[in-house]
Amino acid sequence: MAGLATAFGSGAMTNTIDDIEKTEVIFVIGSNTTENHPVIGYRIKQAVKKGAKLIVADPRYIELCDYADVHLQIKPGTNVALLNAMAHVIIKEGLADEEFIRERTENYAALRVTARDYTPEYAAEITGVPAEDIVRAARLYGAAEAAMIFYTMGITQHTTGTDNVLAVANLALLTGNVGKPGSGVNPLRGQNNVQGACDMGALPDVFTGYQPVTDESVRAKFAKAWGVELSGKVGLTVTDMFTAAGAKKIRAMYIVGENPYLSDPDSAHVRQCMDTLDFLVVQDIFMTETAQYADVVLPAVTWAEKEGTFVNTERRVQKVNQALRPRGNAKADWQIFVELANKLDFDWNYTCAEDIFKEITALTPSYAGITYDRLGANGIQWPCPGADHPGTPILHVGKFSKGFGHFSAVEHQDSAELPDADYPFILTTGRILHHYHTGTMTRRSKPLRFVQDEEFMQINPLDAKALGVTECDIVKVSSRRGSVKTRLKITDSVPPGVVFMTFHFKETAANLLTNPQTCPTAKIPELKACAVNIEKI
Amino acid sequence: MSKVNITINGQALQVDAGMTILEAAQAAGIDIPTFCHDPELTRAGACRICVVEVAGARNLPASCTTPVAEGMVIETESERVQKARRSILELIWADHPHDCLTCEKTGSCKLQDYSYRYNVKESPYKGEARDIPLDDTNPFFFRDLNKCILCGKCIRKCHEINGAGAIDFMYRGFGTKVTTAFDDPIEESSCVFCGMCVDICPVGALIPKQGLQQGRSWEVDKVLTTCPYCGCGCTFYLHVRNDKIVGVTPNFDGPMKGHLCAKGRFGWDFVDSPDRLQTPLIKKDGEFVEASWEEALDLIAAKLKEVRAQYGADAIAGLSSARITNEENYLFQKLLRSLGTNNVDHCARL
Repeated sequence: MAGLATAFGSGAMTNTIDDIEKTEVIFVIGSNTTENHPVIGYRIKQAVKKGAKLIVADPRYIELCDYADVHLQIKPGTNVALLNAMAHVIIKEGLADEEFIRERTENYAALRVTARDYTPEYAAEITGVPAEDIVRAARLYGAAEAAMIFYTMGITQHTTGTDNVLAVANLALLTGNVGKPGSGVNPLRGQNNVQGACDMGALPDVFTGYQPVTDESVRAKFAKAWGVELSGKVGLTVTDMFTAAGAKKIRAMYIVGENPYLSDPDSAHVRQCMDTLDFLVVQDIFMTETAQYADVVLPAVTWAEKEGTFVNTERRVQKVNQALRPRGNAKADWQIFVELANKLDFDWNYTCAEDIFKEITALTPSYAGITYDRLGANGIQWPCPGADHPGTPILHVGKFSKGFGHFSAVEHQDSAELPDADYPFILTTGRILHHYHTGTMTRRSKPLRFVQDEEFMQINPLDAKALGVTECDIVKVSSRRGSVKTRLKITDSVPPGVVFMTFHFKETAANLLTNPQTCPTAKIPELKACAVNIEKI
Repeated sequence: MSKVNITINGQALQVDAGMTILEAAQAAGIDIPTFCHDPELTRAGACRICVVEVAGARNLPASCTTPVAEGMVIETESERVQKARRSILELIWADHPHDCLTCEKTGSCKLQDYSYRYNVKESPYKGEARDIPLDDTNPFFFRDLNKCILCGKCIRKCHEINGAGAIDFMYRGFGTKVTTAFDDPIEESSCVFCGMCVDICPVGALIPKQGLQQGRSWEVDKVLTTCPYCGCGCTFYLHVRNDKIVGVTPNFDGPMKGHLCAKGRFGWDFVDSPDRLQTPLIKKDGEFVEASWEEALDLIAAKLKEVRAQYGADAIAGLSSARITNEENYLFQKLLRSLGTNNVDHCARL
């Protein structure tokens, strides 16, 4: 998000899902779309069948590769080299949109200088992708009238995450693929309301609608509306919170609907840090692995038992409607917050979710025109600044949110941890179609459990042969941080030297292995590449 | 777009050239029965139930595949049309189990609806009936191919919308059936259990296993809501009876066109998992003890105040959630910030 905000002025998906039907070329990088965003995956496959071209950049042979014109099977952590080389080819072959660059962007000269060195041959050495494939991909993307880029955590969960995003944005700026139908840079959001949580200011540096806490006038507005004094000091990110807890700087933590014990990298370290807290509250629907560590556990209701709104990946605010009565003594999260706030002597008087939504829209310019009534059955895409505004399917039309689109010169940097003699494999992690995150919901679903209920780490047949292991064997996987035992699936969807695990299964918690090193700007950990060793047992 | 003038059931209409008769009729609010038609799929023209009478035409064309033409005069419920539809229904009835009393599809079955509409009580055609074993080895849905009317919508949905291509027609003539490669159980095919075939099956050949005998389609409340899993934001109807979810149907009119994946379509049963937290818990001597809301919230408020007084507000941190609503995220950051700290984040980075 930080990267896209630097380039365009907004970290959100620029275009809409429907635009997939209007584009000539789709470039999917670091997104296993058909498993993680299956319904968007359907659309991409449909578009290809109707003639759109597809470029896939992924270290694994994912389902979309079956549909791709070019599969750029890069080594994990080499995105910048690939993207810079594509920029190199686009510039060299005159495919850049000079008019767009002149009128709507800044700092192009910096990219020209950097891209000069990234010849396809040079990038081929770093990425492991044949130079001619890089050229083919660049020509496809560069020559299209309209081309869309989709990315997810395969781009961001690296120590170079922000650079990766900037390099993606460079390509779109270079070819004028922003602010028009069928184009754009489209980060697919992985969770039902991750877009909404960001929009609502569940971030250490901004209030709702990305209004900075460091801005005095913004702070004054919220202080007045809330009747409290507000701090202008930017808070800690999730990764820094645990470190601060370990150092006794954070004493009390309140965790809502998250399971960092399984979802955060180097979870052994996370567990130690949680243990040092004086007081931990966990609010969830199940006794998660994290909740076991809590001093107080509060029972929340599921989405089916409450009212409110979610925002999907294309910035569409949609209604969540109550279908069931709360189970047991569980309460809606908002009700719990209201009751606690009143115990803390804040005078909160919300009686329903809509009361809260009205306060949000009054304080948030990009939501100002949205009401529950207007949401209807199809929702509204923000920004929606006024009661008559229809919502905004495409961002940056005519002008970027920040004025000019900003080119950034970024250089390839190796992952924080590269394979060596002791840890010769690269482990990359992700999700599979039938499970979700730490499995708290999907592993309690009978049909989904039937499809798969344990980890099968993916390993290339050549590596399996060298290790003397066969399908379904159990192996010990170790990194510098921990080790787990897991079954194997032998498949050439991973290249030699790379293994893939999910983080769905607590019995084989992949995040005991992963590297907590973060991207210095976005503070996103390098979950997509760490060095591991594999032993037959 | 150029327009053409047509007449349907005596009603003069101006419609877009290139429309089918079915589309023109639907746009005018005239209901023509269909089995094999789905607006987003390739037109098959397979079932013939949508035939209409076109003045001057030699036979009764299928309205789902016949484009409108200037001056066309169409009758959608003429005696001849009704007779043809009755014959089609009688032919289907000749080889269809007569277990509507207990069939899960009763109430939302097109075969039943059209048999009622055209007063088809039995079939004059007596002959062999299929006897295909019920496929019930997966936990998502039953496949009762004896009820299949071979409209092929499930096949087109699987190939054209999902892309899984798990099923197709196999064998010829009377032996024709919709099945997987080598007729393997569905879970051994490339099926990913999105359930989109189940949702468009016009009869009881594909029946979800969740919610069996839990309520007829007219007895359930249908609550439109948004999926709690990934960021696609698919909307669907939760079917609710007696305060239990008994099923899901897609929102075909929504932004995601009613497409779903296995998680949204079938993965809601965690809601009534016996593992649900039912009451607040306070840890005493290393063990969780049940507590009232009053006790739990008093303790939290006291501890937060204590920490703030002793170490300052920045010694408190909160992790919000990408799973809860906007309203809840808003209140949570308001709570932390009102306490005096900006230490609030969530799992967007993970």
